[in-house]
Amino acid sequence: MTTTATTDVISLRDITKAFPGVIANDRVSLDIVGGQVHCLLGENGAGKSTLISILAGMQQPDSGSIAIGGKTVDISSPKVAVDYGIGVVHQHSTLVPAFTVLENLMLGDTGVLQNKKQAAERLEELADLLGVQIDPHALTSDLGLGQQQQVEIAKAMWKGSRLLVLDEPTSMLTPQAIEHLGESIARVKAQGLAVVLITHKLREAYAMGDCVTILRGGRNVGHIGVDELASYSEKQAQDAILSAMFGDDLGAAGSDPTAADLEEAAELAGATEATRETRAIDFETRPVRLELRGVTSRAGGRDIEAEDVTLTVHEGEILGIAGIDGHGQAALAEVVAGQRSAVSGTVLFDGVDITRSGVRGRQQLGVRYVTDDRLHEGTVGSMSVALNLVIKRIGQKPFWKAGRIQQKAVDAEATRLIDEYGIRTPSAATRAGTLSGGNIQKILLARELTNGARLVVVNKPTYGLDLKTVHLVREILIEFAAQGGSVLLLSTDLDELIELSHRIEVISRGSLVGGVVNDGAGTAEKVGHYMTGAIEGTD
Amino acid sequence: MTTADLKTPVTPNLPGSNQAGAAQRFAQGFIRSVVPVLLALIVSGLVMLAIGASPLEFFAGVWKYGITGSNWQRSLSLMAPLLIVAVGLIVAFRGQLWNLGYNGQYLLGAVVASGLGPILFDVMPAFLATLVIFVVAVLTGAVWSLIPAILKARYGTNEIITSLVMSFIAVGVVNLLIKGVFKDPGTSTPQTAVIPDSDLLPYIPGTEIHIGFVIAIVLAVVAQYVFSRTSFGLRVDIFGASPKAARHVGLNSTWMVILLFALSSGLIAFAGSVDILGQFSYQRADWDPRYGDAVMPLVFLARFRPVAAIPFVAFYAVLATGGTLAAQQAGLNVDFLLVIVGLILLFMTITEYIGDRRRLGQSYLPPGLKRTVLQPFRRASERNSA
Repeated sequence: MTTTATTDVISLRDITKAFPGVIANDRVSLDIVGGQVHCLLGENGAGKSTLISILAGMQQPDSGSIAIGGKTVDISSPKVAVDYGIGVVHQHSTLVPAFTVLENLMLGDTGVLQNKKQAAERLEELADLLGVQIDPHALTSDLGLGQQQQVEIAKAMWKGSRLLVLDEPTSMLTPQAIEHLGESIARVKAQGLAVVLITHKLREAYAMGDCVTILRGGRNVGHIGVDELASYSEKQAQDAILSAMFGDDLGAAGSDPTAADLEEAAELAGATEATRETRAIDFETRPVRLELRGVTSRAGGRDIEAEDVTLTVHEGEILGIAGIDGHGQAALAEVVAGQRSAVSGTVLFDGVDITRSGVRGRQQLGVRYVTDDRLHEGTVGSMSVALNLVIKRIGQKPFWKAGRIQQKAVDAEATRLIDEYGIRTPSAATRAGTLSGGNIQKILLARELTNGARLVVVNKPTYGLDLKTVHLVREILIEFAAQGGSVLLLSTDLDELIELSHRIEVISRGSLVGGVVNDGAGTAEKVGHYMTGAIEGTD
Repeated sequence: MTTADLKTPVTPNLPGSNQAGAAQRFAQGFIRSVVPVLLALIVSGLVMLAIGASPLEFFAGVWKYGITGSNWQRSLSLMAPLLIVAVGLIVAFRGQLWNLGYNGQYLLGAVVASGLGPILFDVMPAFLATLVIFVVAVLTGAVWSLIPAILKARYGTNEIITSLVMSFIAVGVVNLLIKGVFKDPGTSTPQTAVIPDSDLLPYIPGTEIHIGFVIAIVLAVVAQYVFSRTSFGLRVDIFGASPKAARHVGLNSTWMVILLFALSSGLIAFAGSVDILGQFSYQRADWDPRYGDAVMPLVFLARFRPVAAIPFVAFYAVLATGGTLAAQQAGLNVDFLLVIVGLILLFMTITEYIGDRRRLGQSYLPPGLKRTVLQPFRRASERNSA
């Protein structure tokens, strides 16, 4: 087991991969060179993930070829990919939480007997290379996310790596942990390995990348070479990338993109530092709409529960909850929506104790919930768009009379909401599961925000959406708050929280560990500080 | 099977939705439902040939003893319990609850009729006694399902195992009852007293089909209406599609599991009591017709639509009625009917798998195999182009 870093170029030629109804990759060609960080940019659905799974041997291209050092190779399975030294760090953790670091790293070993000694030596070698310290005998569930990611990188490079692919590595990390990651990537690069970094944040692409390839609609629409990128200022690089990323979408037909368009696109693509966009409100004059007093939840599952949470949301306020994914956000959202019961504490809505009332009771009071699991929880994919729009009002007039569905009333309501929220669907009778993620999210928003909504809990509202819809969803939430609605915004996207929230609380292991009033610069660092302090210990 | 039956969608379609799509879906559903049955019949014919029996003779026998003369009436009588069991299974299956305790539930309902019948018919009018028997049978079935249902709702225990185990216990309890308190003292064999013909369910005028058949058809139609048009049906479908979504829209999933299990089990027990009061008039120990085993693949073929289950159940009723005699004539064991049911299940799975692969636009062949097979041809074409 040695690091078989070579300077062989990995070249992808005319890679095409089609799925029913969509061409995920359309004759994509690119060269990945050792000792360089190759940034792959593009919106959701641009074909980045497909390209990566082809490289990793999880999918086979319909046509096109991959060559390593000029020799055509057939990456027919993940094992073959590993043998060629291609290691992938996926966006979501693939570590077994109940195993130690060393056990996780040895998962792919094929020998009959475990060779722990050799494995420990290899880990030391890799830790040295990455410039990190990893305790081989710690349980992975005890590690912070930043450290878990280092373990993932070590795992990807375990069999000796030629290429390291990082799929949106920063999406879960605090600003501090992102810095650590940057240092590790630089060291890996210095060893002569090729690195492919997938991101949708321009800032990171410019800071960490040596060259940039932009995908749009499955095609390679732009490439900025090493020398070119080095010669650009940050602003120039941004403009070049943005016009490739958005193409004709920027500005009116034919004309050059206006400055305003560019600015908006830049903001969406995470090029600039986020700033708050909601109007300031005076907390003193606003009545409290939602109040949680020492709420602890229980559901009997393995989720992290909300522990002793105390918070208030005022009328017209957006309260952001920041935190690493899976730290009790779902429990907090569900305990407010009424889907999960509180074993202690009280939930007050407009001063009335609603701790004991269920989902439907709270729904009628105006408490709404846009869940992060749009496909399986928020909608029933096999049912029509129309039914999904009234699914929270089953049995209520005018849609049901004496238990019998009133198709006309349902259709009328569906047509109204489809128009109002611009849900793109062939018809109201189309099955919801066939729509795009963005349109499904619009169904959820349309359903939750109408008919007397007063407080809406939104969990990761823009996760996995295309940038235009992201923008639209944020506008809808800002507008809702401006009309006097209250929003409890749970998100893992720090930029989003800063853009929308009046105040930000940080959640960790189910408890709120600190709050920041979002007024001016430095919020991100303060929030990041709370997150780091709570999660990684004080280092 | 009329077009309207199968077209009744799980989710009500809106007027003006594209007709072509609906027609195509119907055609696909039809093919997927009928092809496995045809394939099963063909292959069972081959199996018959292989073991030296004549498939032609067998199928001719099925036709002769299942349909011709007044035999069709026996087939329709058999349809009554089969169809009620089918509706019972559909109620649970639509909520993605796999109630496999049907044999025990059926026998419990049967023993309520055969055990209480001789006692009740003596002391009250036949009409009232029948009603009491039906109610007690349904309640017995419902109560029997409480243990699997509560275990499922409360602890997420796999209901397939618990309902099966409860079924075995029920079979034992039923046999104990027939050999004990319900035993007819007048005979030496362990069986219940025979209910006189005058107390049994009346025939449809002009036929020898008991009205259990009408009850079964009405149940299927009502169930179809409830599932496709009412708020309760929609709730069941949401619960079946995704328990998470059900929780999200505020359904009480504990209550839903218990209710669906009770309905399903109660209906299946009802089928047992109808069968005794309509057909058998007494019950022997260790008797178990295992209707559920045969009906289960049929409800899958009907896509859990009660009305669509009617033709499949009718098909099986003819096969079972005619097949018993036909099998003997063709020199086959009666259990050969279950071979045909098994083949239907097998081909159903295969058709489903192929259909899914096709819909996803994928090849029948796994990618690795395909490449290996195509490799020589590709080389040849490269040589040609060079």
